Amino acid sequence: MKKNTVIEDLHRTQETEKSKTYLESVKMQDVARECGVPAAQVYGVATFYTMFSTKPRGKHIIRICCNLACHLEGADSIVDALKGKLGVEIGGTSKDGEFTLEQSSCLGLCAEAPAMMIDGQTYGSLTPESVGKILDTIRKGA
Amino acid sequence: MPTSKSHTDKKNIPCGQNRLVLGNVGVINPESIDEYIAAKGYDALKKALSAMKPAQVIAEVKTSELRGRGGAGFPTAIKWAGAANEKSDVKYVICNADEGEPGTFKDRAIMEGDPHKLIEGMALAGYATGASKGYIYVRGEYTLSIARLAKAAADARAKGFLGENIQGSGFNFDLEVLRGAGAYICGEESALIESIEGKRGEPRLKPPYPVQKGLWQKPTVVNNVETLANIPAIVLNGGEWYRAIGVEGSRGTKVFCLMGDLNWKGVVEIPFGAPLSKIIKEMGGGVKKDRKLKGVILGGVSGSLLTARELDTPVDFKSLALIESGPGSGAIIALDETRSIVDVVDNIAHFFMHESCGRCTPCRAGNEQIVHLIGKIRKGDGSHADLKKLEELGWNMYQTSFCPLGQTAPNILLQSLKKYRGEWEACLAGKKEKCACCAC
Amino acid sequence: MFHVKINNKSHEVPKGTTILHACKHAGIKIPTLCYLEGVHAEGSCGVCVVEVKGSRTLQRSCITAVTEGMEIQTNTEAVRKARKINTELLLANHPTDCLVCDKNEYCTLRQLSSDLGIKNVSFEHTHAERAAKDETSPSLVRDPEKCILCRRCIAVCAEKQSVSAIGMTGRGAASAVSTFGDMGLGNAECANCGQCILVCPTGALMEKSEIDGVWKAINDPKKTVVVQTAPAVRVAIGEDFGLEPGTAWTGKMVASLRRLGFDKIFDTDFTADLTIMEEGTELITRLKTGGTLPMITSCSPGWIKFAEHFFPGVLAHLSTCKSPQQMFGAVAKTYYAEKLGIDPRDMVVVSIMPCVAKKFEARRPEMNGAFHYWQKKMGLKDSESFQDVDFVLSTREAAKMIKEAGLDFPALPDEEFDQPLGMSTGAAVIFGATGGVMEAALRTAYEVVTGKALASLDFKAVRGMEGIKTAEVDLAGTKLKVAVAHTLSNARKLLEEIRDGKSPYHFIEVMTCEGGCIGGGGQPFTTNLETRKKRASAIYKEDAGLPLRKSHDNPVVQTLYKEFLEKPLGEKSHHLLHTHYTKRGVHPGDVAHEKKEHKAHAHTH
Repeated sequence: MKKNTVIEDLHRTQETEKSKTYLESVKMQDVARECGVPAAQVYGVATFYTMFSTKPRGKHIIRICCNLACHLEGADSIVDALKGKLGVEIGGTSKDGEFTLEQSSCLGLCAEAPAMMIDGQTYGSLTPESVGKILDTIRKGA
Repeated sequence: MPTSKSHTDKKNIPCGQNRLVLGNVGVINPESIDEYIAAKGYDALKKALSAMKPAQVIAEVKTSELRGRGGAGFPTAIKWAGAANEKSDVKYVICNADEGEPGTFKDRAIMEGDPHKLIEGMALAGYATGASKGYIYVRGEYTLSIARLAKAAADARAKGFLGENIQGSGFNFDLEVLRGAGAYICGEESALIESIEGKRGEPRLKPPYPVQKGLWQKPTVVNNVETLANIPAIVLNGGEWYRAIGVEGSRGTKVFCLMGDLNWKGVVEIPFGAPLSKIIKEMGGGVKKDRKLKGVILGGVSGSLLTARELDTPVDFKSLALIESGPGSGAIIALDETRSIVDVVDNIAHFFMHESCGRCTPCRAGNEQIVHLIGKIRKGDGSHADLKKLEELGWNMYQTSFCPLGQTAPNILLQSLKKYRGEWEACLAGKKEKCACCAC
Repeated sequence: MFHVKINNKSHEVPKGTTILHACKHAGIKIPTLCYLEGVHAEGSCGVCVVEVKGSRTLQRSCITAVTEGMEIQTNTEAVRKARKINTELLLANHPTDCLVCDKNEYCTLRQLSSDLGIKNVSFEHTHAERAAKDETSPSLVRDPEKCILCRRCIAVCAEKQSVSAIGMTGRGAASAVSTFGDMGLGNAECANCGQCILVCPTGALMEKSEIDGVWKAINDPKKTVVVQTAPAVRVAIGEDFGLEPGTAWTGKMVASLRRLGFDKIFDTDFTADLTIMEEGTELITRLKTGGTLPMITSCSPGWIKFAEHFFPGVLAHLSTCKSPQQMFGAVAKTYYAEKLGIDPRDMVVVSIMPCVAKKFEARRPEMNGAFHYWQKKMGLKDSESFQDVDFVLSTREAAKMIKEAGLDFPALPDEEFDQPLGMSTGAAVIFGATGGVMEAALRTAYEVVTGKALASLDFKAVRGMEGIKTAEVDLAGTKLKVAVAHTLSNARKLLEEIRDGKSPYHFIEVMTCEGGCIGGGGQPFTTNLETRKKRASAIYKEDAGLPLRKSHDNPVVQTLYKEFLEKPLGEKSHHLLHTHYTKRGVHPGDVAHEKKEHKAHAHTH
């Protein structure tokens, strides 16, 4: 099996340990060593793809789509609602460490716009009210 | 509340479709290989392996005149023949499931609703071209597609439709589901290959093309999900059967994605050749709130912007080419009279700036300058010189970008500057962006 | 051959030629920016575009191969427009301090803007704050503001040097060249070779300047400022004054340094001869007593750091000899300071080097042999430590100082080095070229072992630009197998053989830079394959014309042993002229990892 597993290895690294939704330097260097590639190459990959983060993030990653179909259906107001509920700007993590708010490119949920993903789960037909309920449900651990 | 997948909502889908690719979607349980088999699943593969030579499979695809469904529309048989003719110890088939074109969710419908069809298509592609290893590169955000494909592959392996000596034919083919990590550019086939090789998704110089030197510099066929999903039916029913559907130069069906200011949104599958206005009326249920249509974005944000006057154009490659357009990914975004074209173009410009890989100056710096200029214009600080600069930047991006992302990024911008000049002028004059006219 | 038309004229070009080269042969120079012959052809900048009949879009001439019947237009309105736009897009976010930029004389971007006739930049500055300058390295400074993302530096670091300390990070307009984790070159596995500086088309990469410190020392009446010059400097420095390469400007170099105000103009070549005495003896000792073989030369600090990072398990193979630069500093602040009767702390040793890794080397904590020599005698505390070499100037920096002093270098008379530390032989001057250390060592080792004089002093087998050169020398019955490598990617090949227990050699010379020191990262910006070859030939010409050509014939070296050091590998040599190395690894945990992998390597022949 060829050493082409850098991206998959980085995904797995980021997914292990629920509280660590980012890539620590040491772990990226481990991936570099195991895949036999320079550390600078792994860092270049980690900083190229938006699903990876080299800086600490919250327990749950919110990806709110801001592209055309969602924009037309009022994604801006959903973003404002999320910012308000979490007390963060785009890219920020809520004080309780639960949620990081990220902007996403099109998630392929255009018929259910406005839409977002939280971790691996999709949510569509959002309203400023419904996003609050979604966050509460996740916080409760449901 | 998880999203309701309207494309699988049986009660609500428009009539008058020809669901060949989407035949099983919303009908069978996508996680059951038995249900797939009961619906003639893997019959095509069995037929090919027992009664056809690889060259015959390619011949059927050639007769069908199937063209790539990812957006470029390249004749599939020519791609496959190119790979088949290469002498190599190893060849690959890659399914491009990196569906990232804004407004496009048809591949997701297929992968979530009928994953085995894709797997069967890939195995047939492998057989036809001499590849024994395949990869399905799915964008990282499509978690359900990834899970269902992985399960389907495992089930197919267990039942002997993947792996060694498939159905006792002596043909070996297996595949792996790989995930992307959030980069639109990885939908470009050479950037996708770079990504599989563990690198940044930066496109390669072509030629050589992937069929000559692709993954690990070996002959590689890269096909879109929808393209591969068409293959089993073509093999089972024959190329002539497929060719009879659609119009000249655009055979078969196309899966379209309807969204925006329409009464019905979701995926529909119809033969090529229907006028866009008909699709909007009969499939999309017409414009929401009975408003007038200002324009339609066809093919995604790298596609084209059509005015209300251009809507009677039949949706097929030849007809659309006459108005500098094409079916693209199949995305149809309807914009009603209340929409601001400048706002739409601004949103698109931000998308391309975010997704540019950054390697070449015209695209990396060009997209950045476009966003900057549009921002200036929307604030009321713009001038006619800035409109000219936008045209120059768009021209330069088309002429000198290294890859199709940069080359197509300015399409809608440039078309809007031609077709909706009034709206831009209104911005310059500090007037409200939404001018009364629909198109100038 | 293909038949093509360039600007309506027919030409015949070999198959596989790029449009750029085809046009070059037709006498047409297409403007380029990111392209660099032999180093980088990726098509990032979009400047070298041309019109090709039948193509919907413009084509990049640097990476597009000609085809039969191709019709190329290099000078249409569309082509000129596109080139200008792509250049202006870069200028829009480029600093406009050209008047005071260190690179202004040699900046490719500035030259290109001028050639294209750009009169104003029609795009606005759009970038938010870019990353700050990277000043973590003692050898290099990286200024991301001036980077145009051409990626030549990444190419040379990855391909020529197989180091890859830098790479692309981020995406789109947020892309940047950086180190792993943005930790800075000083913290990464950068070898400090400075080859990236030589290929950078703008002022984004530069050496860390020490000019101010040197002027201060020269201006300080209390200090005795002594300068040493590497062999590779004398055959390159004239290029910074517009002179053609291929000559050794030793006399003018000495004259200019004297007029700058240095108290003594000495020659690193002196200690190059000394290095041969120590290293030759070390080699013979290892051969006789079953020591670690192959032995590898240790005068190239970029190579040393590379070995410390990537092959820490092989460090025992390195000669323990310091480099000539460092031996000089130690000898100057002990033997020579005693001769002058001055406090060694009042001596400032400045070296002029073709190399920026030497800036790192001078600051290595173990390079304070003179301090240890004096510590007991003078009752000094550890905190009062001083380095053997105080300042390192690149050839470029020296040329800058000469210009600043208003000296007309080409018009200066030829002058001689001061004595005693200015005496050297031809074996020393060839240290500047790849194969030179090997050849110098063989000239001495042969005579010491066999007791006979060599028939010819020229070991042509180890000369030249081939990546790895090998030879066999008969030392009184023993077949000595030697290898010479230049660039770290070639060194890596030999190191892997050693690590895997497969090396057939007894003695290996490694130089970090292509061509050897004459191609060093501190040399004038006129450095390319042509000038490297010409500088090398000047070096060998210099050697051939010198009265003494063997290190052991250097009378001052002989005196140094008689009066001070006693003998090679003696007690004093051990403390002053020999050193140890530091296992660095590439990733945390690497050093332990290497220990497990490395097999026993000592072997005899």
